[in-house]
Amino acid sequence: MQTWSLVSISVLLAVLVRWGVSLNSYSGAGNPPMFGDYEAQRHWQEVTYNLPLQQWYFNTSDNDLNYWGLDYPPLTAYHSWLCAYVANILNPDWVELHRSRGYESPAHKLFMRITVLVTDVLIYIPAVVLYCLYLTDGSAKRRVSILLSILLYPGLILIDYGHFQYNGVSLGFALWGVLALGLGWNSLGSLAFSLALNYKQMELYHALPFFCYLLGKCIKAGLIGRGFILLVKITATVLVTFGLCWLPFLPDPSQVLQVVRRIFPVARGLFEDKVANTWCSLNTVIKIRSILTSDSQLYLSLAFTLLAALPSSIKLLMKPTFWNFKLALVNTSLAFFLFSYQVHEKSILLAALPVCLLLNEFPLMCIWFLQASTFSMLPLFLKDGLLVPYTVAFLGFPFLTVYLLSALDDCSEDELKLGTCGKLFSFLPKMHLACIMKWKFYVSMALMAVLSVVSVAMDPPPHLPDLFPVLMSTTAFMHFLGVFLNFNIVQFMDPPRKKSRKKNN
Amino acid sequence: MAALAESWSWFTALAVGVSLFKCLFINAYHSTDFEVHRNWLAITYSLPLSRWYHENSSEWTLDYPPLFAWLERGLAQAARRWDGDMLRLDNLNYASPATVLFQRLSVVCTDLLFIYAARECCRCVRVQKAPQDVLSRPSFVLAVLLLWNFGLLIVDHIHFQYNGFLFGFLLLSVARHLQSRHLQGALLFAVLLNLKHIFLYVAPAYGIFLLRSYCFTLDRPDGSIRWSSFAPLRLLALGGIVVSIFALSFGPFVAMGQLSQVVSRLFPFRRGLCHAYWAPNAWALYSGADKALAALGVRLKLLQGAELPRAAMTGGLVQEVQHAVLPSVPPAATLLCTLVGILPALVSIWCRRRGNRAFLRCLLLCALASFLFGWHVHEKAILLAVLPLSILAVESREDARIFLVLATTGHYSLFPLLFTPAEMIIKVCLMLMFTIYSFTALGNLHRSQGSLLRPMEVAYLLGLVAVAISCEFVFPLSPWRQKLPFLPLLVTSVYCALGVSYSFLRLYATLLRSDDKHKQL
Repeated sequence: MQTWSLVSISVLLAVLVRWGVSLNSYSGAGNPPMFGDYEAQRHWQEVTYNLPLQQWYFNTSDNDLNYWGLDYPPLTAYHSWLCAYVANILNPDWVELHRSRGYESPAHKLFMRITVLVTDVLIYIPAVVLYCLYLTDGSAKRRVSILLSILLYPGLILIDYGHFQYNGVSLGFALWGVLALGLGWNSLGSLAFSLALNYKQMELYHALPFFCYLLGKCIKAGLIGRGFILLVKITATVLVTFGLCWLPFLPDPSQVLQVVRRIFPVARGLFEDKVANTWCSLNTVIKIRSILTSDSQLYLSLAFTLLAALPSSIKLLMKPTFWNFKLALVNTSLAFFLFSYQVHEKSILLAALPVCLLLNEFPLMCIWFLQASTFSMLPLFLKDGLLVPYTVAFLGFPFLTVYLLSALDDCSEDELKLGTCGKLFSFLPKMHLACIMKWKFYVSMALMAVLSVVSVAMDPPPHLPDLFPVLMSTTAFMHFLGVFLNFNIVQFMDPPRKKSRKKNN
Repeated sequence: MAALAESWSWFTALAVGVSLFKCLFINAYHSTDFEVHRNWLAITYSLPLSRWYHENSSEWTLDYPPLFAWLERGLAQAARRWDGDMLRLDNLNYASPATVLFQRLSVVCTDLLFIYAARECCRCVRVQKAPQDVLSRPSFVLAVLLLWNFGLLIVDHIHFQYNGFLFGFLLLSVARHLQSRHLQGALLFAVLLNLKHIFLYVAPAYGIFLLRSYCFTLDRPDGSIRWSSFAPLRLLALGGIVVSIFALSFGPFVAMGQLSQVVSRLFPFRRGLCHAYWAPNAWALYSGADKALAALGVRLKLLQGAELPRAAMTGGLVQEVQHAVLPSVPPAATLLCTLVGILPALVSIWCRRRGNRAFLRCLLLCALASFLFGWHVHEKAILLAVLPLSILAVESREDARIFLVLATTGHYSLFPLLFTPAEMIIKVCLMLMFTIYSFTALGNLHRSQGSLLRPMEVAYLLGLVAVAISCEFVFPLSPWRQKLPFLPLLVTSVYCALGVSYSFLRLYATLLRSDDKHKQL
């Protein structure tokens, strides 16, 4: 079979699965007065379309910031305006100021779902296709398998097409950045990543590796020679991109300050709900929020985050290879997720994207992580009425990817990548270790399945109402921490030798 | 042996994948067939057997044979625990989320039989030498063509019906015949007939084939029948199986003296020549010609526009049709045309002992002939030809060619089934996916002798793309939308009817040509 036909079939399948999920409910459906993220996105369309740009981020009589006020960077606002423009042509009721608040109808749902699909088809999916075709080793079949696995990662699909968000845009831009850097187009890469940052501030999770990789490259090329020119080019690209994105706000410094204040709400607290990161998991033992002041919480989390991200960043700065870059993306985004301030459960998607890029090298580890990340968002999905698609994803994704990437056959190879660290276990026979990995995988899958079933089917005991969410977030946290440690170790071991993969099936 | 077992892991992956894929469409649009089956659940659960075929409080009366009613009764036992309200007879148009989930999952689960049947079919595929690459194995291609069949997916899992389960019986029975396990094949087919009587269309192929190849054990040297080799025991066994299945199914109704009532429900001849949407068959061509002649007549002042019968053919409700210019077609004429259509195929397999493949070919011709000439044909009936043809398509180049034309036109003619905007993306993407796969995979299988399709066929299929774009996207925006609302349906069925008729003729040619080959040998 020709590669083009396999690729187009995979893309079509990915679109179909996305659309199938989007037939389900969305966050806050029929749930006044606040509704959910769906209403937030619709409200942003209403605000950006009807108000002058100077009022977008300010609390005015026409713009109540307490009701889903705009708190994403300008690119998101422009995107909302564009969607609103189309919406106004189709049906002005959808974006009418004040009157459209809480508007819901099947036609409007269809419109909103299509806007997500359009951005995905334009930005995210092409980036994944190109990445798999150009930056992945292996046979054509292997590359298509990776492609299909990345495109069918359920976490992103369920959040974007079920819950309702536009993560595909920011992640897609970030992936375009990775792609461009991998192909050696440094300026284009920094352009794409700047766009990602200007779409969603959470992309800061990925900023450190981009910065270190590019800086490291400049240093390697010689800071007084070609490296300097490169540095100037990259800096100029970033500044110009940012300047253009922020252009309408620049004339008035108070505007800029207000946007920044909206984007980084430090007053919200160390964590919300039950998120699978360190602080929330520690909270079951030590009540940090009642011990420390809000300021010291902020500094504490900042210090821990930087400390956790530091090793892989330094390694990347010293040795700016693409391989290190990918690993640093995983390690840094996970460090941010695990330790930073005000983390949402959806932020795990930022770590999931770079993990997807390592599917080819560490199939088992990555599938494991991706499954755990989908699992960690289950409380959210249950709230949104997405149990059926979640069940399909929970069963289908590991089954399909383990089959496609023959992950369970390769897991002895995983140990090879651990290099010298693997020698610590050298007193065990090799087969034995692969076997342990396999069993750990099965046990963890079973644990997640049992927890999913229990939290859906059983009522928690009355004196412990949060028992299941806490259990789930702690379980997911363990997985994330394990993956974080694993990939840090991998990064500090030797780079992988170029093995000629003999795939004969 | 272990290696052989392992090499089927791809089949499991395909089957699990498609089953989960089907579950994604639980909340998609469903047609009135959903309510039909809910009503049948209620009828079979809450009424005694004697009332099943008399009940008419809903317009969707029970019009499938008794075994299907028993299946509904079995499902109702499970439904009782799920959401008992769906089993109340007066609860018309009840579609709670639990009911939707239950009914959709019941289709996905009964499809397991289809998956098993597909596997049996894949094991029947003849190959000279299995290639190393899984993707280019004929059995793999066949599995995808069957399990991921576009028509079956949208008709069963979006539109809502139990065709997968029924085709499971048909394919399993075909597979048994290909494996020369004729008694089992006959048993399965008898059960199938009592599940849905539309399969009567292919019954002649079964009857003639079994009589000829099973009941007569020997041939003359020239391949024609040797009358003395008749094996009465075999005929008795066959007859016993068929009669006992029918007795099991219809016996209780005969005992209650309700046979005529059941039969009148099963064969409602009051319905019109063409179904609500025109199936792409000979009558679509005929009606299309009638419309064209009428328009031409009005233009040339030969006919008075006001005198013409109203163009009520696609009014949605099933009703009688009057043609404007050409003579109207009575049911008997359609029956006659169908018989004439299948006769040469039946004669061909009677005159000479032919392999099991010829039986499959004859079955296909019966299905296609009845589709082309039958009375009140549903466009969904094209699956009756597309699915079994998949088996032949992976084995021979000529059949692959026919398959590509027939599957593409037949599947495209299913498009009007899904008309809601949200399902538009699904039908377009799924159709593209299946079509791209079937073209590249079959092309790859038969790549040794150049491209599969002739230039004419390529041009025809490209024309289909043009028709699709103009009907689905251009027409809704054009001013004709108000004046001629049925135009896209007309164009679609007339254009597709050409492809279906062409495939029918080509398929006949392959059967008769292989006849010649036998003569020469």
